[in-house]
Amino acid sequence: MAGGVAGGEPPFLRAGHAAEGRAPPPPPGLAATLRKNLLGSWGSCLITLTGLALIGLALPPLLRFLVLDAVFIAPDGAACRAPGAGACWAFIAAKLPYLVYGAYPLGERWRVDTTLVLGGVLIVWLLWLDAPWRRAATILFFVAFPLAAFVLLYGAPPLGLVRVETNLWGGIFVSLLVALVGIVVSLPLGILLALGRRSRLPVLSLACTSFIEILRGVPMITVLFMANTMLPLFVPETLAPDRLLRPLIGVALFASAYMAEVVRGGLQAIPAGQIEAAQALGLHMLTIQRRIVLPQALRHVVPGIVNTFIGLFKDTTLVAVVGIFDFLRTIESARLDPAWAGPTISATGYAFAALFYFTFCFGMSRYSLFVEGRLAFGRRS
Amino acid sequence: MRRRSDEAAAHRRLAAPLSRLATSPALRRTLVQVAVAAVLGGLLVAAFLDVRSNMEARGIPTGFGFLDDPAGFDINQSLIAYSATSTYGRAFLVGLLNTCLVAAIGLVLSTLLGFLVGIARLSPNMLLRGLASAYVEGLRNVPLLLQLLFWYNAVLRPLPPPSEALLLPFGSALTNRGLYLPAPIAAQSLAPVALAALLGMGVAFVLFRRMRGRHGPAQGVRVAVIALALVLPPVLATAAFGWPVTFERPELGRFNYAGGLRLTPELVALVMGLSLYTAAFIAEVVRAGLEAVPRGQSEAAAALGLDASRTYRFVLIPQAMRLIVPLLTSQYLNLVKNSSLAVFVGYPDLVQVFAGTVLNQTGAAVQVVLVTMAVYLAISLVASAAMNLYNRRVALVER
Amino acid sequence: MLRLAALEWFPIRWNRKPALHLGLVTISRREVVSASLAIALALAVLLSCGAASAATLDQVKDRGHLVCGSNLGLAGFGLQDDHGAWAGLDIDFCRAVAAAIFGDASKARFLPLSSKDRFTALQSGEIDLLARNTTWTLSREAGQGFLFAAITYFDGQGFLVRKKQNLDSALDLAGASICVQQGTTTELNLADFFRANNMKYEPVVFATADEAVRAYEASRCDAYTTDASGLYVEQRKLAEPDAHVVLPEIISKEPLGPVVRQGDDQWFNLVRWVAFALLDAEELGVTSKNVDDKARSEVPDVRRLLGFEGNFGEALGLGSDWAYRIVKLVGNYGEIFDRNLGEGSNLKIKRGINALWSKGGLHYAPPVR
Repeated sequence: MAGGVAGGEPPFLRAGHAAEGRAPPPPPGLAATLRKNLLGSWGSCLITLTGLALIGLALPPLLRFLVLDAVFIAPDGAACRAPGAGACWAFIAAKLPYLVYGAYPLGERWRVDTTLVLGGVLIVWLLWLDAPWRRAATILFFVAFPLAAFVLLYGAPPLGLVRVETNLWGGIFVSLLVALVGIVVSLPLGILLALGRRSRLPVLSLACTSFIEILRGVPMITVLFMANTMLPLFVPETLAPDRLLRPLIGVALFASAYMAEVVRGGLQAIPAGQIEAAQALGLHMLTIQRRIVLPQALRHVVPGIVNTFIGLFKDTTLVAVVGIFDFLRTIESARLDPAWAGPTISATGYAFAALFYFTFCFGMSRYSLFVEGRLAFGRRS
Repeated sequence: MRRRSDEAAAHRRLAAPLSRLATSPALRRTLVQVAVAAVLGGLLVAAFLDVRSNMEARGIPTGFGFLDDPAGFDINQSLIAYSATSTYGRAFLVGLLNTCLVAAIGLVLSTLLGFLVGIARLSPNMLLRGLASAYVEGLRNVPLLLQLLFWYNAVLRPLPPPSEALLLPFGSALTNRGLYLPAPIAAQSLAPVALAALLGMGVAFVLFRRMRGRHGPAQGVRVAVIALALVLPPVLATAAFGWPVTFERPELGRFNYAGGLRLTPELVALVMGLSLYTAAFIAEVVRAGLEAVPRGQSEAAAALGLDASRTYRFVLIPQAMRLIVPLLTSQYLNLVKNSSLAVFVGYPDLVQVFAGTVLNQTGAAVQVVLVTMAVYLAISLVASAAMNLYNRRVALVER
Repeated sequence: MLRLAALEWFPIRWNRKPALHLGLVTISRREVVSASLAIALALAVLLSCGAASAATLDQVKDRGHLVCGSNLGLAGFGLQDDHGAWAGLDIDFCRAVAAAIFGDASKARFLPLSSKDRFTALQSGEIDLLARNTTWTLSREAGQGFLFAAITYFDGQGFLVRKKQNLDSALDLAGASICVQQGTTTELNLADFFRANNMKYEPVVFATADEAVRAYEASRCDAYTTDASGLYVEQRKLAEPDAHVVLPEIISKEPLGPVVRQGDDQWFNLVRWVAFALLDAEELGVTSKNVDDKARSEVPDVRRLLGFEGNFGEALGLGSDWAYRIVKLVGNYGEIFDRNLGEGSNLKIKRGINALWSKGGLHYAPPVR
């Protein structure tokens, strides 16, 4: 562009250097950021002060109860009954085997351990997105693991495993079991229901829609009541299902209905053009669903699926109302022990349960965020 | 390409035995539907017959005749007249109304709190943001049942027994049996005073219309005249006939306060637990809704000189509502459904009274559970219908 | 290779092509099919676990064990320890039935049930026998299809209150808040008592006894009400048992006993006579310790009871030594009472009206003859 204006004077030319401007301010330090963030205006100051006051009010008593005044090691409840004592973690430590296994026979508890470890390894394998052989893990988790778990937990006399009746099952392991069964059943069933609901066949669509809407419209407790008291009446006497199985069926159906709606959300997000294009290629409707619609739809709704799992996991606390010895029930049962009875025992038990559930659910929700981010990244690139 | 044609060939080969079905989609569709209908219908009929014969074989009562039998048990909170001599049907109504009460209070509180927390999560103040996130994460990830047990204890523990009640103004009292408030009771003069008030309103309305426009009297005069028209008649009527409403004050008896309005600790704990829990979810819904409004909108609002609260009120929230409302409805429904956990804190809701005590006293398990489910289902269907209506009204009209 | 007609029809090809992309993972068609088959199989196996048919005794014998509905946890009547071992009066009654049938008291299994669930569990055939401190009432027999086989404990409803309230009688409870467990006759008796005495009260109803007691302890209620035996048990679990007292009034009759379904008279007779045998054994002085000596007794009643005269066991569908096995393996009623509720336990409840008729109580069993 140099010498772009031919002939005549250029309209403007700076004769000398421009005056030096001030250097841009250095990036604000931590203190400055904090000051701007917390004390930016009068309103902000007020909010900050209120917030600090709230923390100051809530945190110290919580800390005192959970940590500072807590009893960590004690042979029995005497130390926990002392006035001013906080949480009685010694009680949890003493009762931990019961809280984990319920009344599962002592000599057979390795079977529960094995099942839980197997399940844990498979889940980590599945959730670790870069792990090798993840398809094998899927088959193992959805097919082989349930069978192995059933054989291990319930027993198989031919294999030398003593039968352990389900009324001895209890504790954390039953809570995890309920959640696992819900997860293993609800995903496939939910996908089927969602496809059924969007089917062009009115009968099929109506049936699926009513199933989904009925289960989503009623509280979980009533579904559990129904499964518990009425399932034995609905099916012939010879088929009366096991007492633990009934709430499992209830939970699985309940979760499937929610899963179906999540999946349907994903299905609706697929532009009609995709299906039309596939039809133009002459693909069969089932093939289209399987090859084109579902893979995309499920990718969309991974966070929704994980959220349903979180809800399902929290809802497992309700199976106690139909007499299943789940985690909460064992806590209630353990606190009846006169050796430990005391004013802080139930609070300790519930605090422990809250921590337990929080850890799992928070973990799952973080994982869902991570996957969401990763999928978004995949879409961008 | 070769592979694809191989596949197509395989496809044809496998489909051959039923080629006619495969080539006539209409026939196939009808067949599938008939089959599905037959299987489902068969299952339903079989289940129904089975239930009936099983119930008869086991001597379980069938039908709904039990609803007219006297209940024989008491309920400690009832919005309608109820005693142990009332019928099971009336007990059902009491439970239903109690559920509605909890749901109604819970909806209002959780919405208010949820919006506040949701907006706080987007606040420029780091501390507030952090607190809001901690609130949401903490409450969302712990089962509601545990929270309810916690709140029931947290409500009960610090409150004094009735003998050491915290006395509040106007004869109210706070105890671990609940918060007692004076109850308004209509006196005989209520009718004339109400009539006078209505009259005053009518006059005020007429005056307001008359004095409108530029030629009317000055603003101050107008306000004064209308206020006078509103206030004078009821005041005069009260002077003539006496106070329209008297208050019944709660009186301390040997054990408890009697009379007055009462909020039970069970109700308070249940409402607190439900509202705080649901508010955490509503906060996430609100945050997602607000974040979905394009950034340019808030920038434009700032350019117009709107302050933060006006930006939210007039620009962001109205647009976010389109996304928020459907999700909000499902949270509301969750709240209603979750209120069925009332039995754990001893609150007499529908599930506790009807699917609990009534089921147990009558043995009519099937009928009671079905009716209970039907009630919740009806509530959620009505809510869904209302939401669909709203959705249609606010949906963007794309041109 | 196995091919299913359904697979032919829906043109699914039997290869290892991916069929489902589950967002995170990809599954082949073959895997989907085998997975569904496996799950269906597992469900079918699980479903067939609880088979049931007509005669209860035959069912129990086929199954190899007896299933009793028991309390979720009431010391003295039915309570499970950390290792799953049950103890209590109702538990021992079930063991006695198992001993009579199998000659092995450990063949009784227990299903803990809430007061709300217990009847549906019995109705649905899930349990053979409900031994869970259940009150005998007309409506439960005539209206709900049950039969009470016998009375194993005479109870009555009472009130537990704080000592500092200075109450002398339940009639002083006008206006009080009372914690009560849901789904029991207790709830109805409570309403009746206050209605009959023209008093007002506030019931605070909880799903389990445990929650009701906890609320009472948190001072939510002025009184906790349940059967008197239960009151003693719960009182001992409170933080300061001595700060509470059970009021003298018993406001109801609560005859507790084992319950069976209607329609199986053989089973009903068996359960009822196990209860009678326990009482007869005590009356005749036959205990688990001296039962072998008593076998040589010449007293006709003892000989009939223990199966040396007559063939009473077979009439019940059992062996002739049915009562011998009960007493040998579980003990007589007095021993059971003492072990679970009386001096031999930490509850120390007096026999009172639960003594034999010959000792001033109400237990009176028909003779084995």
